[in-house]
Amino acid sequence: MELYVNNTLHEVDVEPDMPLLWVIRDILNLKGTKFACGIAQCGACTVHLDGEPVRSCSFPVSAAEGKAITTIEGLSGNASHPVQQAWIRHQVPQCGYCQSGQIMTAVALLAKKPQPTDADINAAMTNICRCGTYKRMRDAIHDVAGNSTEFYQAQV
Amino acid sequence: MNKPLSLSRRHFVLTSAALTGGFAIGLNLPSKAQLASRGGSANNSINLWVEIAADDTVTIKYARCEMGQGSMTSAPQIVADELDANWDQVHIEYVDVNQHIRMNKAWGDMVTVGSQTIRNSQEYLRQGGASARAMLVAAAADAWDVDAAEITVNNGVIRHAASGRESGFGAFAEAAAAQPVPKNVTLKDPADWHIIGQPHPRVDIPPSVDGSQVYGIDTDLPGMVYAAIQQCPVFGGSVISYDDRKARSRRGVIDVFTVDNNAVVVVADNWWRANKAVQEIEVNWDTAGNGDVSSASILAEFRANLDTPDAAALPNNSGDADSAMASADQVIEAEYFTPFLSHSPMEPMGATVKIDSDRVDIWASTQAPEGLVDEMVNTLDVAPESVYVHRVQAGGGFGRRGGSSDYARQAALVAAQLPQGTPVKLLWTREEDTQHDYYRPLAMYRCKAGLDSDGNIKGWKTRIASGSILGSRGAPLRGGLDFLATEGFTRLPYQIADQYQDFKMTENHVPLGFWRTVGWSQTPFAREQFIDELAVAAGKDPYHFRLAHMAEDDLSRHILTQVANAIGWDQAPPVGHYRGIATTEPYGSYTAAAVELSVNDAGQIKIHRIIQGINTGHMVNPDNVSAQLEGSTVWALTAAMWGEITIENGRVKEGNFHDYPMLRMSQMPVVETVLHATGGFWGGVGEPGQAPILPAFCNAIYAATGTRVRSLPLQHHGFSFA
Repeated sequence: MELYVNNTLHEVDVEPDMPLLWVIRDILNLKGTKFACGIAQCGACTVHLDGEPVRSCSFPVSAAEGKAITTIEGLSGNASHPVQQAWIRHQVPQCGYCQSGQIMTAVALLAKKPQPTDADINAAMTNICRCGTYKRMRDAIHDVAGNSTEFYQAQV
Repeated sequence: MNKPLSLSRRHFVLTSAALTGGFAIGLNLPSKAQLASRGGSANNSINLWVEIAADDTVTIKYARCEMGQGSMTSAPQIVADELDANWDQVHIEYVDVNQHIRMNKAWGDMVTVGSQTIRNSQEYLRQGGASARAMLVAAAADAWDVDAAEITVNNGVIRHAASGRESGFGAFAEAAAAQPVPKNVTLKDPADWHIIGQPHPRVDIPPSVDGSQVYGIDTDLPGMVYAAIQQCPVFGGSVISYDDRKARSRRGVIDVFTVDNNAVVVVADNWWRANKAVQEIEVNWDTAGNGDVSSASILAEFRANLDTPDAAALPNNSGDADSAMASADQVIEAEYFTPFLSHSPMEPMGATVKIDSDRVDIWASTQAPEGLVDEMVNTLDVAPESVYVHRVQAGGGFGRRGGSSDYARQAALVAAQLPQGTPVKLLWTREEDTQHDYYRPLAMYRCKAGLDSDGNIKGWKTRIASGSILGSRGAPLRGGLDFLATEGFTRLPYQIADQYQDFKMTENHVPLGFWRTVGWSQTPFAREQFIDELAVAAGKDPYHFRLAHMAEDDLSRHILTQVANAIGWDQAPPVGHYRGIATTEPYGSYTAAAVELSVNDAGQIKIHRIIQGINTGHMVNPDNVSAQLEGSTVWALTAAMWGEITIENGRVKEGNFHDYPMLRMSQMPVVETVLHATGGFWGGVGEPGQAPILPAFCNAIYAATGTRVRSLPLQHHGFSFA
């Protein structure tokens, strides 16, 4: 089967029902995409399929054939994506394990809604962070969108 | 078991934290020659903590672990400050665990638990920096032929003002390393700190945004095979028999066997295949007589221990609580319950082990690198010097990867059954992680106190019936007391002349472990709600009732006041909003919290504000302290709303995030942090933030609804987040 990952074509010999996550991690050896729950609950495994975020732990590789797959390694290659830069500026990650999935989810949100409201962020950013970095993720997303003060005025 | 190693096991002394105090380490800084003679890479070493390259790059060694708590940045800040280094020239590197073992644990404790990295290392880290600075100065004084006392060091520049000479560190690195190690160094006055106290960005963050951060799960080695595991669902049980015919026929499966006779393992050419196969194996388990244990049967034992006469008295008891209450105007009594909880770090448990004829290599996310060495020594009967622990970031720890390395033992047992030299990566599923944790102990608390007609507390009693992490691990309980299960009650911030508190260890088959904030994650739920109950009974404001019982100079009072002021406690909240407050003294710090919320008729809670205050004494990295407080809030609110591990038929009922939920973005409240550094002591940071959140939250719920929540989680009381 042929997979198009981060602008590179790969030929892989795997079962069609193997989750995309495990093909990415163990066959293509791209370790930035993480395993945490295996049942599409937490989003640590989020990658883009034709720009749409999918939870790759529960997505059969056969369904990804012919689509453009982007992993965290393919986002910018040098951490230069505005979301990655905002994540550093706001010192978002703690353990960092869920952050590839969080960033891929945030990038997909901002691609659709460059000025997301808090409601938009709540609806899109459903990934789990056990360290609890939600406040800084929200700040970073608003920072990328250029409307960082709106949130605080609306909340207090 | 196939035993490929012929190495003899040497005498191995387990060195406790108490035996490797900072004093000894600071004064035994080996010279460069000593470092080199013990197999270290001492090329640029000035001492244990500092290496300086010719290009002025300063490498500062970091001994403990990084799992998101930030001390990989803040601990080196302490060294760099005393060194007067230029932080922009500082590079941070993990201490090599094998070298550490060979040098008789020269770098002190590596274990990263109990919010202790800064407070238990700061003295020898400061001495390490100051000692290296003194050696640089001595080298410059020799070269320039001037008095060392006339030399200043500032921001990475060594300067002799009188002669107008100056230099970076690099030029004197080699000569400094040859200088004698100073016997005594003078540490800076805190007023002169310029790197300590600065919010320097964390050094481990950039790799976390581009996928390049390496965790234990990311280990990849030539010829590596993968292992998946099915452990006996009932704690203490074992394998009677299993049918692996189907599993062995699956693509990629290499072998099927048991480890420790309590788990079945499949080894395959990738993990997904191994896991598919292991899930298909039907195992006949011996449940070791625990197959009927349930949460209800466990609770009955705890309840009985609220009344048993043979409890151990806490050391702070004073006066005569019973007599004081007998003469009180009214007596209030309440019981509180906190359940078992699992750690659930995002990275599931696992380890990669490779056994060769002369060495064992292990890659695993851990809070205890020396614990991994011990685990390999005990599991494989090898010498500690033959074990090589490879250091990685941990995908969350929270205590799960500190006191127990069960997954590392399993990986070693799997590797020992494979051809010598085959690296094997064992990885648990989320379900294995949730159902085979070392859980936060279940605990019940009965609090009783009297009030006089003026609303003063007259007599206070507490009975703690709790699981004991220490007792369950065979540690001797001095006087029958577990200081972790009772922390929060051992030094009440409230001045009560007559108090009697005691503890009864309650045992069952559920394994117990250190869960972030440990006893302080649960005792404040009782103590700080009970104080609120007393205030209500006395007809007093809960904040001012606390103040009335606290000493003027008490630091608990100090941070409580700061937090109350920050939320505007003495001004009325917006209509429909209600507030709760609490104060705690965990891990050498002082923390207080105030919560403002509203609750609708459906029990949906909207948190409008949370103020989190901390006084850490000295504070190394304020932005990281804020981050830890923000995260601690999420941790506490998750436990408050949903957290409960339930036992059914001897096993854990919950398995994954659908039935053991975590707080998400949409439920995240606004958290404002109040940072205070009054100086004079070094308090912890990673855990203290959680302690006051739970009771402040529940006190606010009471204020809003009149419902006093005395058992967790809140979801059982009809509450949810809006």
